[in-house]
Amino acid sequence: MGKTFLKPNSLSDNHTHYCPGCKEAAHGRAPAMATGIKRVRPDLNVFTYQGDGDLASIGMSEIIHSANRGEKFTTIFVNNAVYGMTGGQMAPTTMPNQKTTTSPFGRDVKDVGMPIKMANLLAALQTPGYIERTTVLKPKYIVKAKKAIKKAFIYQMEKKCFSFVEVVSTCPTNWGMTPQDSIKWAEDTLLPYYELGVFKDTPKMEEKNAK
Amino acid sequence: MAKVLMKGNEAIGEAAIRAGCLNYFAYPITPQSEVAEYLAKRMPEVGGMFLQGESEVAVGYMLFGASACGERVFTTSSSPGISLMSEAISYIAAAQCPVVFVNIMRGGPGLGGILPSQADYSQSVKGGGHGDYKLLVMAPASVQEAVEMVTEAFVLAEKYRNPVMILGDGLIGQMMEPVEFPEKVAAKPSDKSEWATTGMDTRKSDKRNLVKTLFLDPEELNRHNLMLKEKYKKMEAEEVRYSTYNTDGDYKAVIASYGTMSRVCKTAIDMLKKEGIEVCMIRPQTLFPFPEVAIRKAVEKKSCKLAISIEMNMGQMVEDIQRSVSGIVPVKWYGKCGGEIPTPEETAEAVKKYLNNEE
Ligand SMILES: Cc1ncc(C[n+]2csc(CCOP(=O)(O)OP(=O)(O)O)c2C)c(N)n1
Ligand SMILES: [Mg+2]
Repeated sequence: MGKTFLKPNSLSDNHTHYCPGCKEAAHGRAPAMATGIKRVRPDLNVFTYQGDGDLASIGMSEIIHSANRGEKFTTIFVNNAVYGMTGGQMAPTTMPNQKTTTSPFGRDVKDVGMPIKMANLLAALQTPGYIERTTVLKPKYIVKAKKAIKKAFIYQMEKKCFSFVEVVSTCPTNWGMTPQDSIKWAEDTLLPYYELGVFKDTPKMEEKNAK
Repeated sequence: MAKVLMKGNEAIGEAAIRAGCLNYFAYPITPQSEVAEYLAKRMPEVGGMFLQGESEVAVGYMLFGASACGERVFTTSSSPGISLMSEAISYIAAAQCPVVFVNIMRGGPGLGGILPSQADYSQSVKGGGHGDYKLLVMAPASVQEAVEMVTEAFVLAEKYRNPVMILGDGLIGQMMEPVEFPEKVAAKPSDKSEWATTGMDTRKSDKRNLVKTLFLDPEELNRHNLMLKEKYKKMEAEEVRYSTYNTDGDYKAVIASYGTMSRVCKTAIDMLKKEGIEVCMIRPQTLFPFPEVAIRKAVEKKSCKLAISIEMNMGQMVEDIQRSVSGIVPVKWYGKCGGEIPTPEETAEAVKKYLNNEE
């Protein structure tokens, strides 16, 4: 039988739970660290890979300012509506009434507000160039997500703009669901709220206008 | 009350409630998150307040605000989170607000690891944030002691109008042990009308309270620092706590050790005793104020050849011991700081090695 999938060359065999070959910033500070890298080595391809607790909570300031300066790196934002690594606490992206270990009775929006839509929020800034929300719940979405991520990196390589790709994903362990149920829950609950699509694509618009 | 089996983190949360603290701000971090998870359920039952902050930086100032209103308030975190709170801790100490902090330490520096460590000794005892301030630092060695220290911390914080830090290693938070909650709940909150900003309704006189940390007048700032210094001196005179182990005989060395590590040391001391080697231990229960006098007295015994600091870090307490023994005996260190806890055998071996080299 032939091989259908091969590991990309960019992935090494490094044993780490972070992406191999990366640097590891303090919780929430990756965009500041990426700024430091990009400013001294603009030739490098730089991306941050951040969770929703990381980016939308503790790191809110860093992502907004990096985006607003138009730092020419790429942010991949994995939104699973929960703090996964630390065992399932409430995140700013946790859905109304969603139960987590620190919202055992469900997220009370009267007490802590509605979940933050990061792509929408960043799109309100004038500077950032490319912002899209994708998901990896099913193959049909994965194809789109791949395209979005590729585009984000191409913009970076062309030194065009700051790019932000939100990836709505699941966290079966901390949602207390089977992987199958979690895909259904995400489609039924997350996607209507975190609507997929392109929020901003300034380079594309500029190209169009130039024509 | 009967004994219950409880995880350290949960017992700490329960102890705070029983100490009359119904206000809790926190941010998730391993190995401490169970406190927040416990209190998320428990606070509503007792009419208390829990808010998960957006970061430890924010939590630090939520504590400052709540405490400035004269309310009992506390937080729990672990090492990297305490680093982020350190700015607020400096402000809270400067403004003399009685906030209780619990640090369930993990390995550092940086992200380090999530296993037990005592690597924040210096951060807690020597500063962490900027400026001349001191925290009253307590180091529990069991879940039971953690509960008792939490209970007392609120009283001490209010007595001195100073933040108190409970410095527990990861094992204290993660371990389950039988615990008995103190029958008597902590003292009534002290009268805060002299300093707290409680709003117009409750103001007793025309005097306005102001919680502040900015003193642009150099003389005034100097006076403020001298006043703080007096307070720290008073803590040194009145609040030193420690326990001793095997101090009766003619011991050859004094071990200084705190927290979980001190329990391993006890076993190591028993093992050495069986081999005919006498070693004693002074276990600081307060790291600031430090049991300086007790340690000096212990090394003054004729038979004593050395002092050994045994801690799960690279020897952060050594200089405090050196200061205490003022040259009477050499001060050594043994420990590990990757998250592994040295075994009694390893500890006994390390002590023996030092003693052999002495002879
Ligand atoms: C200053 C600081 N506070 C807290 C933590 C603990 N911590 C590690 S990862 C994390 C959040 C994980 O959630 P998220 O960013 O949503 O990523 P996920 O695991 O869900 O992919 C937290 C709170 C830390 N490492 N540093
Ligand atoms: Mg997450």
